[in-house]
Amino acid sequence: MAPDTATQIKMYRQMALIREFELAAMDLFKRGQIKGAVHPSIGQEASAVGVCMALDHDDLIVGTHRSHGHNLAKGASPERMMAEILGKDTGYCKGRGGSMHIAAFDTGSLGALGVVGAGNPLAVGAALAFQMRGERRVAVPFTGDAGTNTGSWHESLNMASVWNLPVVFVLEDNKYGVSTHIRDSTNIDDLSIRAQSYGIPGVLVNGFDVLAVYEAATEAVARARAGKGPTLLVAEAYRFEGHYAGEPEVYRERSEVAEHRKHDPLTHFRRVLVDTGVASSEELDDVDSAAKDEISAAIEFAKASPDPDPSTAMDYIYA
Amino acid sequence: MAERTMAQALNAALAEALEDPSVMLLGEDVGTTGGVFRVTDGLQKRFGSDRVVDTPVAESGIVGAAFGLAVAGMKPIAEMQFMGFSYPAYDQIVNHVSRIRNRSRHRFTAPLVIRIPYGGGIGAAEHHSESLEAIYAHVPGLKVVVPSRPIDAKGLLTAAIADPDPVIFLEPIRAYRAVKEEVPDEVYETPIGVASIERVGSDVTLIAYGAMMKETRQAAELLAANGVDAEVIDLRTLVPLDTETILASVEHTGRVVAIHEAPRTAGFGAEIAAVVAEKALYSLKSPIARVTGWDIVVPLRRAEKHYTPGVDRIVNVAMRTMEA
Repeated sequence: MAPDTATQIKMYRQMALIREFELAAMDLFKRGQIKGAVHPSIGQEASAVGVCMALDHDDLIVGTHRSHGHNLAKGASPERMMAEILGKDTGYCKGRGGSMHIAAFDTGSLGALGVVGAGNPLAVGAALAFQMRGERRVAVPFTGDAGTNTGSWHESLNMASVWNLPVVFVLEDNKYGVSTHIRDSTNIDDLSIRAQSYGIPGVLVNGFDVLAVYEAATEAVARARAGKGPTLLVAEAYRFEGHYAGEPEVYRERSEVAEHRKHDPLTHFRRVLVDTGVASSEELDDVDSAAKDEISAAIEFAKASPDPDPSTAMDYIYA
Repeated sequence: MAERTMAQALNAALAEALEDPSVMLLGEDVGTTGGVFRVTDGLQKRFGSDRVVDTPVAESGIVGAAFGLAVAGMKPIAEMQFMGFSYPAYDQIVNHVSRIRNRSRHRFTAPLVIRIPYGGGIGAAEHHSESLEAIYAHVPGLKVVVPSRPIDAKGLLTAAIADPDPVIFLEPIRAYRAVKEEVPDEVYETPIGVASIERVGSDVTLIAYGAMMKETRQAAELLAANGVDAEVIDLRTLVPLDTETILASVEHTGRVVAIHEAPRTAGFGAEIAAVVAEKALYSLKSPIARVTGWDIVVPLRRAEKHYTPGVDRIVNVAMRTMEA
């Protein structure tokens, strides 16, 4: 059953906000205003929003190097997100995390990590704490397809299964680990079958379809919350942009990208909303332009914010 | 008070800590068998298998899960079976455990203890015998603690569990059952970051930690018989380093020998030498000296005695500083 109208509109709004945020971040990076790296999640908005909308505020997520969307979907402020990736003192990590370690901690994000697969044990530990204290909370680590070849990912699925922990392992299959296609690094077609070796459910959904992701995530979260253990949720999608903003994508044909862009999750969801009478095209145009305005305001806020004071460099190393 | 070995003293500290329901032990075989060195002996029986957890063989997962527990408000203590087995967890320790405080500007912290038996003693070579404490001491955000005797082992472990930051707690394998001493029955903390002057002397400062304290103490006695009055410092904590105690001693004696069983190059002795050179160079009467393991892979039992610095090497090097 589809969620109510307000929820669906909110989903669309969140997806539009992520899209605008990513486009703005890429633009700022290419103009040299963001230093370091930016890994855009364009094409994967549906899995971030579909999963995070199925969570409560007290549930925790653990991100990856590509986690602008996860944080925004969990309720992060675009202003403080933008300030963070511009390295400003008003950012969520006071300019200490940047794009790759961004974490809106007050919304239930335990952080984003640049080491692929490494966030999964963290979620397992948090879930074990929930279980020990009898809290009905759920931990959700996001991982890309390439991360499922790391030891940490497998160790985590195994531990969560053995200890029957409230974890929903979300695998965003965007087909590429930097330049290497998943079919060149993994000898199975359906990544959800990896769950079988840990005796837990593995669910494969269309990661371009936010309602499908939301439905599967809601079920997995309910299962975890009821003490029935972890689930592997595979959202199959595609990375529309390069591994990082500005990457020369020598490893794939433009036609391949164009083919997948036909399944753009935002365009798809807009069509669904209009077709099912949830919203009119004009209403969704308004949502789009509101998202644009919000991101413009976030950039203004970030640019006007002060840099971190170097004299505070030692303030956060020890208690 | 009871006479206890270091292993028993550590067990007592863990048992006392487990009275706090947020404390948990995680590790390979820590429950049913009490760990490979039996440090956790009897604790699972007493506190239950959900508090003293036998984990899968998965060091990255163990430390990562302990990290998640700590971030979520528990006080986990993870055990690595041997130092060489801690390297699969090094990513978690360096990239995540040590940095969550900085990344989250104090919003999240990782008050966890990672217990790692280290150094020679069982003669199994390589990863069962090595002493690579410097790779942990080099990481901002971690504290590194190394007891050398039962009384400090209990107090330092209690302090490490109470500490708000992640602590790498190194347990010298050779010292687990080497000696017994009176260890108080009550709960007490030995402060982290404070070295102990075990012997006051005026001619040369011997600085060591962990298992090497045994040879260092013996060397000081032999030196005394040769008319050399050695001051002996047990660092007890590598990070944060008690530079005050080191410098005060060296300014007094004018000679210093740094001792460890770890390889020489970029070993912790280099840090001690640097601190002395930077802050007390003009007090020195002879060049700073080091007695260390060799820059090789730790060998098997028959050759381990050639690898681990012996009393004679410490005495010889200390005597040489007297000649300058």
